[in-house]
Amino acid sequence: MTEPRSALAIETPGPLAAAPAAAPEAPEAPEAPGRRDYAALIRPHQVHGSLYTSPEIFAEELARIWYTTWVFVGHESEVAYPNDYVRKKLGPQDVIMTRDRDGQVHLLLNRCAHRGNQVCEDERGNSGSFRCPYHGWTYRNTGELLGYPFNRGYGGKGTLERRLALGRVPRVDSCQGFVFGSFAAGGPTLAEHLGDAAGELDRLARLAPEGKVELTAGWLKHRTRANWKLLAENETDGYHPQFVHGSIFSVTDSPIGALYSDKSAAVTRDLGGGHSENDLRPEFRRAGEPMRWFGTTAERVPEYVAAMHAAYGADAEQIMIEGGPHVMIFPNLFVAEIQVFNIQPVSAAECVQYVTAVQLKGGAELNRRMISQSIGSVGPAGMLLADDTEMYERNQAGVAALRPEWLDVSRGAAHEATDDRGHPVGGATDEVGMRGFWRHYRALMEA
Amino acid sequence: MIAPVDVTEAGGADGRVISAGAHEARVPGDGFAGADGAGGSALTRAEVEDFLYLEARLADECDYDGWEALWTDDAIYWVPAGRADADPQTSVSVIYDNRRRIATRLSQLRTGKRHAQAPPSSMRRLISNVEILGAHDGDTEVGANFLLLESRARGLQLWGGRATYRLRRVDGALRLAYKKVVLVNLNEPLPTMGFLI
Repeated sequence: MTEPRSALAIETPGPLAAAPAAAPEAPEAPEAPGRRDYAALIRPHQVHGSLYTSPEIFAEELARIWYTTWVFVGHESEVAYPNDYVRKKLGPQDVIMTRDRDGQVHLLLNRCAHRGNQVCEDERGNSGSFRCPYHGWTYRNTGELLGYPFNRGYGGKGTLERRLALGRVPRVDSCQGFVFGSFAAGGPTLAEHLGDAAGELDRLARLAPEGKVELTAGWLKHRTRANWKLLAENETDGYHPQFVHGSIFSVTDSPIGALYSDKSAAVTRDLGGGHSENDLRPEFRRAGEPMRWFGTTAERVPEYVAAMHAAYGADAEQIMIEGGPHVMIFPNLFVAEIQVFNIQPVSAAECVQYVTAVQLKGGAELNRRMISQSIGSVGPAGMLLADDTEMYERNQAGVAALRPEWLDVSRGAAHEATDDRGHPVGGATDEVGMRGFWRHYRALMEA
Repeated sequence: MIAPVDVTEAGGADGRVISAGAHEARVPGDGFAGADGAGGSALTRAEVEDFLYLEARLADECDYDGWEALWTDDAIYWVPAGRADADPQTSVSVIYDNRRRIATRLSQLRTGKRHAQAPPSSMRRLISNVEILGAHDGDTEVGANFLLLESRARGLQLWGGRATYRLRRVDGALRLAYKKVVLVNLNEPLPTMGFLI
């Protein structure tokens, strides 16, 4: 990395300037003229360590993934009423998710068209407009410029409105209330992006007696000094739980560890598009006990069970046996049965995990428990996620080591099968999901 | 990766809904003088401060047995997220432990395989601005500011905020019935907090 020389340095070249100290050797990506050669960094069963550490690769990811593909931003239930708004992240971008007076959801960039100040300071609220604190410009919650003080300086009212507005995320769409944004004006639709992963969000919604999920319990914000991809890969890694979470499994006599073992009937599935899941249903079907997936029994949540029977009739039993999805939706939405994670990158070496408890419309009895269990499990002090995050951060430190350069993602490759929908599947502890992640990542980075 | 481990039900019994007083600390002067809240035997400032310092030192030194012994059976240990007045029944918190979950948390730490605390953080905290706020259902409510320095491989982390304690005299000794820790940055992304705060 050569620093641009200052004028002063050119005028007075000293011995130090003439002989710069050698930079410490880092695991640099193999050099390629022009476009980076991602095929040289991503092999079928190996990925290069620089993918997690290089600021240049991170910058390319922003352009080709975070500012191109569909990214999960928030949930419609967070802006339940007309003129509600809530501030969100889309990658490092500060966006305002608004619901206009007609009910439509928008993603606006928090930047005044005048001098670039932030027009929205509060984290959430209800307002039909935003007023920039710097010079008083106002914008409708759809992005249009409404007014600017002392407008004679611009030739009067009705002049700037024609050419200036808040920036908008050009494409906004939702699935089961999960709001996604894409900075690309064209490209795959959200339905095309989600593919069969959409069915997992449908499955989550079917756990609600009223068929709808709400994310209204607030978000824990967990600062993580690790590359976002380490998290995305880990979310459906069925190999780590017994090791990373052995401490909590052992003191709570949890049956969860057994779901992720060589003997488990659960499968890991590459859903395509970089999405993957741990499908635990084979295990829960074998047990055949409603609510076992939630670590409880039907008798302990009678109101919920009754509401489910009333809503779904003969199907209710099976829904309550099979439970919720465990799905990682590329690049940043992870649904872990009763929690929703929103992973947003900050830099190559840092990201934030936003996590909340799933709330099921019509499922008050379960909702309280979901909040309580989530507090115990996730977030900065969570008895599961604090340990995952410790692993992410040590992993980030580890991949900075120069050798052996590569990470291995070969587990289960030899016996990977294809299911009846054409998706690659493997055992409960196989790295099928990671390989699918990297296949899609490479396709986006080479596009 | 996470799975719905039911920490509420740790220990086999059904998870009960944790109830916590939603009220915040009262200001002195609302109907009583001093701190005559502990079953008729008022707590002195010296007793209160000694207890706060003891609790702080046991947490700093990861003395899990000593720290656990401070709690009453109906204890609540709460670190809110987002807003200090968020309802812990309907909003997520960083920590919202009843006595059983405090025990689970400490059992996990004692395994030595709680990676977020293996090795344990090196810590020291300062307690200051101690105010005896008054009585609360027979307990004595105390407020105090704290600053905590936590050293780990990832660096030195400064934590700070204000804690509300409810102290109770049980069989002649002071016990902790409630501790709510409001971090100054409770609405910002927090690093992993695996230690006892």
